[in-house]
Amino acid sequence: MSADTSPAIELRGATKTFRTPSGGRHTAVRGLDLTVERGEFVAVVGPTGCGKSTTLTLVSGLEEPTEGEVLVAGEPVDGVGDKVGFVFQQDATFPWRTVLSNVMAGPRFRGLPKAEAKEKAREWLARVGLAAFEDRYPHQLSGGQRKRVALAATFVNDPEILLMDEPFSALDVQTRALMSDELLELWEGTGASVVFVTHDLEESIALADKVVVMTAGPATVKQVFEIDLPRPRKVESVRLEPRFIEIYREIWESLGEEVRITRERGAAHVA
Amino acid sequence: MSPDVMPEAQVALTMTEPADKTNRAQTRAQAARRRKALVAAIRVLLLVAVLGLWEGLSRAKVIDPFNFSMPSKIWDQIWTWVMHGTALGSLGEQIWYTLYEALLGWVLGVAGGVLLGIALGRIRLLAEVLGPYIKVLNSIPRIVLAPIFLIWFGLGPSSKVASAVVLVFFPVFFNAFQGAREVDRNLVANARILGASDRRVTLQVVIPSATSWIFTSLHVSFGFALIGAIVGEYIGATKGIGLLVSQSQNTFNAAGVYAAMVILAVVALAAEGLLTVAERRIFRWKPAGSDS
Repeated sequence: MSADTSPAIELRGATKTFRTPSGGRHTAVRGLDLTVERGEFVAVVGPTGCGKSTTLTLVSGLEEPTEGEVLVAGEPVDGVGDKVGFVFQQDATFPWRTVLSNVMAGPRFRGLPKAEAKEKAREWLARVGLAAFEDRYPHQLSGGQRKRVALAATFVNDPEILLMDEPFSALDVQTRALMSDELLELWEGTGASVVFVTHDLEESIALADKVVVMTAGPATVKQVFEIDLPRPRKVESVRLEPRFIEIYREIWESLGEEVRITRERGAAHVA
Repeated sequence: MSPDVMPEAQVALTMTEPADKTNRAQTRAQAARRRKALVAAIRVLLLVAVLGLWEGLSRAKVIDPFNFSMPSKIWDQIWTWVMHGTALGSLGEQIWYTLYEALLGWVLGVAGGVLLGIALGRIRLLAEVLGPYIKVLNSIPRIVLAPIFLIWFGLGPSSKVASAVVLVFFPVFFNAFQGAREVDRNLVANARILGASDRRVTLQVVIPSATSWIFTSLHVSFGFALIGAIVGEYIGATKGIGLLVSQSQNTFNAAGVYAAMVILAVVALAAEGLLTVAERRIFRWKPAGSDS
C-alpha cells in the first residue's frame, strides 16, 4: 500500500566510496539526499567528474552504497531490479546482434516468448523511426541511430524508472536537439520517472521538471530548482523564451561556483 | 583568323573532358590489373628460380643430391605415392589418418580451452586458485610429452590426439580467458539492466564478445594440432604422414621427407582456408576491415 504513494526514488544519506587501484579511497558521493516523485523528470547537473554517474549506478542496483539507503518505489534496492531502464553514455548496443535483436534483448532476458518480444520490439523501433533498419548491425548505423536503438531497447521494457547518463553527449548539436525532443515524446506516453545526468545546463532545463545542482566531488545535492516551463516543450524553441534565460541565469549562479572549484582543483593538480 | 579558331578549340576541350574522365578511370583500373599481374609473375619467377637453383646445384653435385635431393625427385616421389601408394598403404589413407588425429585433437583442445578459459575469466575464485598451476603446465615444453603419451596410449591414434590436445589447449585457453576478461563492462552492465541473469550474461555477452579473441587463436592452433599429430606419428605409429617422414628418413630417402612436407603444407593451407570462410560467416556483424 505504501508502495503506491511512496516516491519513485529516494536516496537517504547515500555515500559511495571506491578503492582506487593505488590502494587509496575515493569518495564519489557523500551524504546524498534526493527524492524523485513518480512521473517526474529530474535532471542532475554538476561539474564533470563530480560523481553524478555514481548516483545512477546506486539507483540502478549495479553498485551498492557504502553508507545510507537507496529506495526505489519505497523498497530498498537489492541488486538490479526489473523496474529500471538505463541509457548509458557510451554505446551499449550489442554489436553482434541486429537492430531488431538488440531491442528484443530486454524482453527476451525477462522471459517473454520470442514472437511477443519481436512484436514489442518492432513497435518501439517504429516509434523511434528505425523500422526499416531492423536487419542492420549497429556498426552500419550512425551515432544518432545507435542511440535510438538504445532508447527503443530501454523503453521496450516499460521501465518505471529511467536512468540516463549523459546519453546524448557523444552526438553532434543538431542530432542532440532532435534526440532530446524524441526523448520527451517517448517519455510523455509512459509516465516513467526520469533521472537525467548531464553537464549541459541548457539541456537539463529544456528537458526537466526539476534541476538538481551537485557540488564539486564528492557529490552531494547543493540546490534544487523547479522548472516551471510549460509542456509540451520543443527543445530548440524553449531555449529562446525569456523565462528560460531567467532560470538559466539563476541556476548558473549556483552551478558556476562548483565548476570554478573543480577547475581550480584541476589547476592545483597540474601545478 | 585566330579569334575564329579559339572558341572552336575551347569547345573541343570541354567536349573531351568527360571522355577523359572515363579514360582516366580505365587507365587506373588497367594499372591496378597490371600491378597484380606483375606481382603474380614475380612470385612465380621467384619460385621457379629457387627450385631451378636447387635442381641445378643438386644435378651439378655442388650440393649433395643424396642429402638435399632435388625438386624433380620430390615430384617423382609424390607422383609415385599418389599413383602406387606408399609402403604403408595409399597416400590418401596416410593423409586422412593424420588429419583425423589433428582434427580430433584440435576439436578437443579448443573445446577444453574455450570452456576453461571462459569459466576462469568469469569466475574469479577459480582463476585465482588454478592460475599458478596453469602457468606451470604451460611452461612445460609440451612436445616432450609426446613420448609419454605413446607409453600411455600406445601406437594408435589416441596418443597423437593427446599431443595435439595439449598443444592446442593453451593458446586457445589464454585467448578465451583474455577475451572473457576484456568484455566491455558497459555491455555487461547493459545486459544486467535489461534483465539478463548471470548465465545469460555469460552465454549472450561474454562468449560472443570473446569469439574474436578465440578465433585468432584457432588459426594458430590448427597448425599446432598438425604439429602434435605429426610429432606423435614420427615417434611411433602405424599410419600417417609423420610415419612417412620417419620411414623415408630411415631408408635414407630425402625426397620422401620433402615430399611429406609438401603434402603437409598443402593440407595445412586447405584447413586455414576453410577456417577463414567459417570466420567470415560468423563475424558478419563486424565492420569490414576491422578484423585485420
